[in-house]
Amino acid sequence: MLDYNSKRKYSNLLYFFFASVCFLVALIPLLSILYYTIVNGVSVLSVDFFTKVTPPIGVSGGGILNALVGSLLVVAIACLIGIPLGVLGGAYISEYPGKFSYYVRLLAEILTDVPSIVTGIFVYELIVAATNHFSAWSGGVALGFMMIPIVAISTDESLKLVSSTLREGGLALGISRAKTLIYILLSTARAGVVTGIALAVARVMGETAPLLFTALGGQFLIHSPNEPTSTLTILIYNFGTSPYANAHAIAWGAALILLFMVLGLNIIVRLASRLKVKGEI
Amino acid sequence: MPATLPTVALLGAGATFPAPLIQTWTVQFNQIYSGVTISYNPIGSGGGIQQITQKTVDFGASDAPLSNAQLAATPELGLFPETLGGVAITYNLVPFGLANGTVLNFTPNVLVGIYSGTITHWNDPAIAAINPGVSLPVNLITAVHRSDGSGTTYAFTNFLSDVNINWATEVGYATSVKWPVDTAMNANGVGSKGNAGVAGTVAQTPGAIGYVDLIYAVQNHLGIGAVMNAAGNYVSPTVQTILWAAQNATGTPNPSDLRLHIVNAQGAQSYPIATYTYLLTYKDMSLNPDLTQQKAQVLAYFFWWAVHGGQQYSEGLDYVPLPANVVAADEQFLLTLNYQGTPLLPSSMTTG
Amino acid sequence: MQTQQARPAQKKQGAPRSSVLHIALGIAAAAIPVITVLLVYEIGNGSMPSIQAYGLNFLFTSDWNPFPANGGPPILGALPSMYGSVVTTVLSLIFAVPISLGVALFQAELAPRSVRAPSLFLVEMLAAVPSVVYGLWGLFALVPFMRDYVDAQLGSTLGFLPIFRGETDGLGMLTAGMILAIMIIPYASSVMREVITAVPTSQREACIALGATKWETIKTAVLPFARTGLIAGIVLAMGRAIGETMAVTMVIGNVARISPSLFLPAETIPSVIANEFTEVAGNGIYLGALFELGLILFGMSFLMNLAGRVIISKLGFKAKQE
Repeated sequence: MLDYNSKRKYSNLLYFFFASVCFLVALIPLLSILYYTIVNGVSVLSVDFFTKVTPPIGVSGGGILNALVGSLLVVAIACLIGIPLGVLGGAYISEYPGKFSYYVRLLAEILTDVPSIVTGIFVYELIVAATNHFSAWSGGVALGFMMIPIVAISTDESLKLVSSTLREGGLALGISRAKTLIYILLSTARAGVVTGIALAVARVMGETAPLLFTALGGQFLIHSPNEPTSTLTILIYNFGTSPYANAHAIAWGAALILLFMVLGLNIIVRLASRLKVKGEI
Repeated sequence: MPATLPTVALLGAGATFPAPLIQTWTVQFNQIYSGVTISYNPIGSGGGIQQITQKTVDFGASDAPLSNAQLAATPELGLFPETLGGVAITYNLVPFGLANGTVLNFTPNVLVGIYSGTITHWNDPAIAAINPGVSLPVNLITAVHRSDGSGTTYAFTNFLSDVNINWATEVGYATSVKWPVDTAMNANGVGSKGNAGVAGTVAQTPGAIGYVDLIYAVQNHLGIGAVMNAAGNYVSPTVQTILWAAQNATGTPNPSDLRLHIVNAQGAQSYPIATYTYLLTYKDMSLNPDLTQQKAQVLAYFFWWAVHGGQQYSEGLDYVPLPANVVAADEQFLLTLNYQGTPLLPSSMTTG
Repeated sequence: MQTQQARPAQKKQGAPRSSVLHIALGIAAAAIPVITVLLVYEIGNGSMPSIQAYGLNFLFTSDWNPFPANGGPPILGALPSMYGSVVTTVLSLIFAVPISLGVALFQAELAPRSVRAPSLFLVEMLAAVPSVVYGLWGLFALVPFMRDYVDAQLGSTLGFLPIFRGETDGLGMLTAGMILAIMIIPYASSVMREVITAVPTSQREACIALGATKWETIKTAVLPFARTGLIAGIVLAMGRAIGETMAVTMVIGNVARISPSLFLPAETIPSVIANEFTEVAGNGIYLGALFELGLILFGMSFLMNLAGRVIISKLGFKAKQE
């Protein structure tokens, strides 16, 4: 039998080993996903890939143009809704604390937990069923509803971090609350607010479920947001589950572009906030 | 057909069975009339019926014809067949040693057994008996069916109900049924979304069997079975055998009720699981709030083109061009399409 | 930071001007409760046909037959999808909780300073990958791996157990549970890490002063302190797992079935809704049943997340969501 101290040493080593192995194990899927996406996606990239629209089922060739444009459009609409309402709502929660703010903040947290497919059927009933119309608009609204609480919470958190001295300083100078908010508080909290927005955008860009019943999908470039449209995520789902090798290749290519945008946004945001922490206030 | 058409975006949704053909049509139509973009979303026949009934799309598509109850509930809806095809029995056995290109025979009762979960392994005596000389693997059969509402399911279960009284009473035929294989002991049933999903699952699962529109099986290089028809012969699905089924069973189409039943058709070499597939539209298109008169007219022209110029693309995709009498009946139906009473197509329309 | 020129004394405009801002911001903030109310209303309203037809039986019926053979009304029940949701979530926790704890300990205690920031970053990237990309990878990488290696091994060694019975094609509850586990690791480990870091250094220092090894410090000072928070992390991860749609739908096999074998295909509530929602052929009860499933899902996810958050707020700090 080991003596007592050796046992302690070995259980300590075991702990090191366990924690490190867990960390490495958690990384394996990430590396595998990156590997598969890059290896399978790169081979399909070409000028055609970015300039042609999705091919009909079973037909070779084609590209992702309409899906890429669709993704950008739907996210842009989501931002139109999510950013103003989110930032202003978050400002309210932080600047006017009280019962109402408390419940708004609580509901915001609840909304961020709602499974995105529930948001999808909600917006279907709210907009699509009521207007008998699938559209990029309704998809953008669904994503916008998801963005609002995320942006509101991060804006609230960022504003809360601004020291009250600055708040009081502005008021002491006789500046109105509105100007205090805009010129002093939001600009100081700018980094945090922008980070929150960017992360929310990255999140909704990768969503599929809410779009399945709102933006629906399509094969052509759309003329207006009133039409239904495909997006990168819808494309990946439909083409990935189809039996055609060409469709699979396009799905991987779309996944590569999507990962590039989503992870890229995440990386930029985190690098930027790290630089800010080192460089500025 | 007119020389130009205005810039218009239209939306259709429904069956996955004809989706390769319809999507090819929309691309070709867009080549001819560059402003017309028609998006077709394959979400299953059930979805096609649902969406056109809800008026969330401009036209629907379904292999399952509207039932009498559905037609009674929405008499303003009309349907017309735009193509026909065959439901292939497809399987993936090459990884288990079956030579590439081997055609397995299936009787209706064997298919009932597989999808009921009573025949669970490929080397079951029932399968071996009708496939003499073939070395069948011992492996489990993964019976793939649709997880969504499907006209292909409708055609397949219609066939099984026609030939097997137990299936007819216990399971029946519909766009979505409760597959006994899902709950049977020792059997393995899997659901996939769309013809594409079933074909994909079969392609990726050694030992799987599935029922799909012919083109999905051909394009995936999957094994395609020969099914025993009413005459007692094992027939493989080809454009020719499906056409024979249509010729023997279509009869004289009635333009005011274009639902045609050609499953289990007579004829020595008729393929027994053949089915027409239908486009669904409001006869008076103004009832669909999204359609302006201009859009409705473009849609009517698309329909006309589909049953005429569009048919040249059928064989290349393993669909069967519509027989002449069906085209004639379709023309009569299309000429009745109107917008608040005003016919959408000129009565002088010729096959353009 | 901008500074304002000192202004001459302004007219007494404080109250009205604040009110305008107050109202404007208040309207923006009101969007959140309005959306919540609308959501609950629309989903509840949409569920009514099903609630009226089935009542409470919906939760206990294991049939899912939208078009019965005899042409009668649909016979639908939530049990198969609830079963699949619960089983895959439990499976995912079995794998994810130990690994998340290990990851959290690594990040909070073990990692040298230079490794710590990258380690946080990499795990956060796991959370940033879109669900549909997980599903695509799952279909082409994980499913064959599970089918050819894991399920085959489990079947041959432990096949006498009902949970590992039967042959498999890789699409099923076990694979879905694995992919869920991977997806919830970042969330669970993030909460756990915060909880572990929040343990006062005085506790740790006391242990070190007594000559404890790192592991003993963790075991005696940190983990007991952090236990409640760790549970909160698990509960929050559960709430995430149960709502996950795309990745699960792509690998679970989509069959309405309740079976003990983990190899067999099944379905979860989100996968049923994703597969069948656009296709409900004008059928009031069927569509209502799908909405009712959405309502059940919303309720389950809400309760789990509420429980997790309440526990955490009682501990005095907030969990990071990113």
